[in-house]
Amino acid sequence: MSKSITMQDVDIYYGAFKAVEGVSLKVQANSVTAFIGPSGCGKSTVLRTINRMHEVIPGAYVDGSVLLDHENIYGSGVDPVNVRRTIGMVFQRPNPFPTMSIAENVLAGVRLAGQRMSKSDADDVVEGSLRGANLWEEVKDRLAKPGSGLSGGQQQRLCIARAIAVKPQVLLMDEPCSALDPISTLAIEDLIRDLVEQYTIIIVTHNMQQAGRVSDTTGFFNLAGVGQPGHLIEMGSTSEIFSHPKEQATEDYISGRFG
Amino acid sequence: MTTTVDTSTRTPSSLTGGTLPRWAPALVGTVAVVSAVALNRVTGLAGGFATTIVAALIFVVLQSVWSFAVEGKRHAVDRLATTVVYSTFFIAVVPLISVLFTVLAKGLKVMSWGFLVNSMRNVSPRSPGGGAGHAIVGTLEQVALAAAFAIPVGILAAIFLVEYGRGRLARAISFFVDVMTGVPSIVAGLFIFTAFVLGLGMERSGFAAALALAILMLPVIIRTTEEMLRIVPNELREASYALGVPKWRTVLKVVLPTSLAGIVTGAMLAVARVAGETAPLLLTTFLTQSYNNNPFAGPQAALPTFIWDQITSGTSASVDRAWAGALVLITLIMIFYIVAKLLANRFAPKG
Repeated sequence: MSKSITMQDVDIYYGAFKAVEGVSLKVQANSVTAFIGPSGCGKSTVLRTINRMHEVIPGAYVDGSVLLDHENIYGSGVDPVNVRRTIGMVFQRPNPFPTMSIAENVLAGVRLAGQRMSKSDADDVVEGSLRGANLWEEVKDRLAKPGSGLSGGQQQRLCIARAIAVKPQVLLMDEPCSALDPISTLAIEDLIRDLVEQYTIIIVTHNMQQAGRVSDTTGFFNLAGVGQPGHLIEMGSTSEIFSHPKEQATEDYISGRFG
Repeated sequence: MTTTVDTSTRTPSSLTGGTLPRWAPALVGTVAVVSAVALNRVTGLAGGFATTIVAALIFVVLQSVWSFAVEGKRHAVDRLATTVVYSTFFIAVVPLISVLFTVLAKGLKVMSWGFLVNSMRNVSPRSPGGGAGHAIVGTLEQVALAAAFAIPVGILAAIFLVEYGRGRLARAISFFVDVMTGVPSIVAGLFIFTAFVLGLGMERSGFAAALALAILMLPVIIRTTEEMLRIVPNELREASYALGVPKWRTVLKVVLPTSLAGIVTGAMLAVARVAGETAPLLLTTFLTQSYNNNPFAGPQAALPTFIWDQITSGTSASVDRAWAGALVLITLIMIFYIVAKLLANRFAPKG
């Protein structure tokens, strides 16, 4: 069900500005990979290239190839809409659709993509996705209420439910806990460990303890200076990166000497 | 050991300061009014308007001096600013209330069911009776037709500008929308008159009037819709794209519903704006004293032109009818506005 991601010599641009240079990496299926690094080093940018969200920004483009298993998602004739259905995304700030109820939010991906489904199928998707996001017990009695009435942590889990309702194979998370309190963060982290059985997960985080807690593999990004492109400095198993990093920059960063 | 604070020997705190009693503004106000009226009586120099000004000045000076003496500079300035803000608000509201009151008082004189349904056919300007029924029908039809043109085109143009437009074309359209906002209404009427009535040989009709009104509505609708679409957070669009929703469905199902309340309000403001236009109607549909329910053929009456016609007749009966017509027009616009607000509340994002 879930698939691997391979990036081959990817350069990422915002107009004339090269934001990220020469990223090559491999993310195994059914694993959690964390991207860490100082602000502005391009880790979120790299994440957004993996489901072709980067090009939504005017003037932004990508050079290189990103393989989903063996298929290049930047190949000619690939429809970004289909890529995004296969590779879902959860954002930094919870962003449920304000005009929709909880149930409608979960179904948004399915319904807005134009699929018709029967009432009972829809109910199954809502329950299954909310259970998958560990939110079902908390909201099952108020599915018709607006999603914006939930707490921040619940809203973020609603967004995760919305993302997994379209049955993606890869789930990208862009600092999903940075707007949440420690208890909600713990709930999301537990959820990530559950979800990895079905999905390949890539998470961007500023919190190194979080990277240590949830991820199997960690990639460290850094940039040489302001206005310079970001690079992937090193990538390896999380325990190795945190105990014996090969690069001096990685060691400096994780031991808190800069960044 | 007791820890009760002995209030009698407590040293003055740096946090507390002198304060005027709560009734201070009322007292100062009374003193100001009484002394201004007294001044007026004694000197017999100034009328009511000047007395009001004098009372206001006395109030401001007295309050500032007292407050400065007791409370210090910051509080005195605060009270002065508060007084200025309140008085400018009253100055702004006075004309509005006055207009409403005048229209209501004069308009109700001949207001009746008959006025709402009768036309001016076979009613001479001198004689009482008759009504604005033909004008109400005309205004409703013309405004509805204008809205039917301008609202879809305006909303779609705004969607283009916000969601799709890049580069020169979008900037050019945006520029011309600004230019259109400044077009005087009679120019819009003149354009339709020249292009359709003289150019294409169309007869004068409510339809031609609706076209002129649509031109006036367009920039208002485009601008308000544009503003509303721009305040929809980009995060919602990205959330939708990330679910694999195509752009056009994102606009239709996420962006538009989120901003619908504001768009409805903007559209209704545009309707209210053109419902009172007179000049373009005189050029495009002129006026008539009888019912003409067909907006596509022949001159049609409308409330603004009805008011103009009755006022220029100049008899006391026709002037009364003009005021009643004004009352109908204001009520109509108010109904539009209330309906718009109700609709907007219904569509507003919940939670």
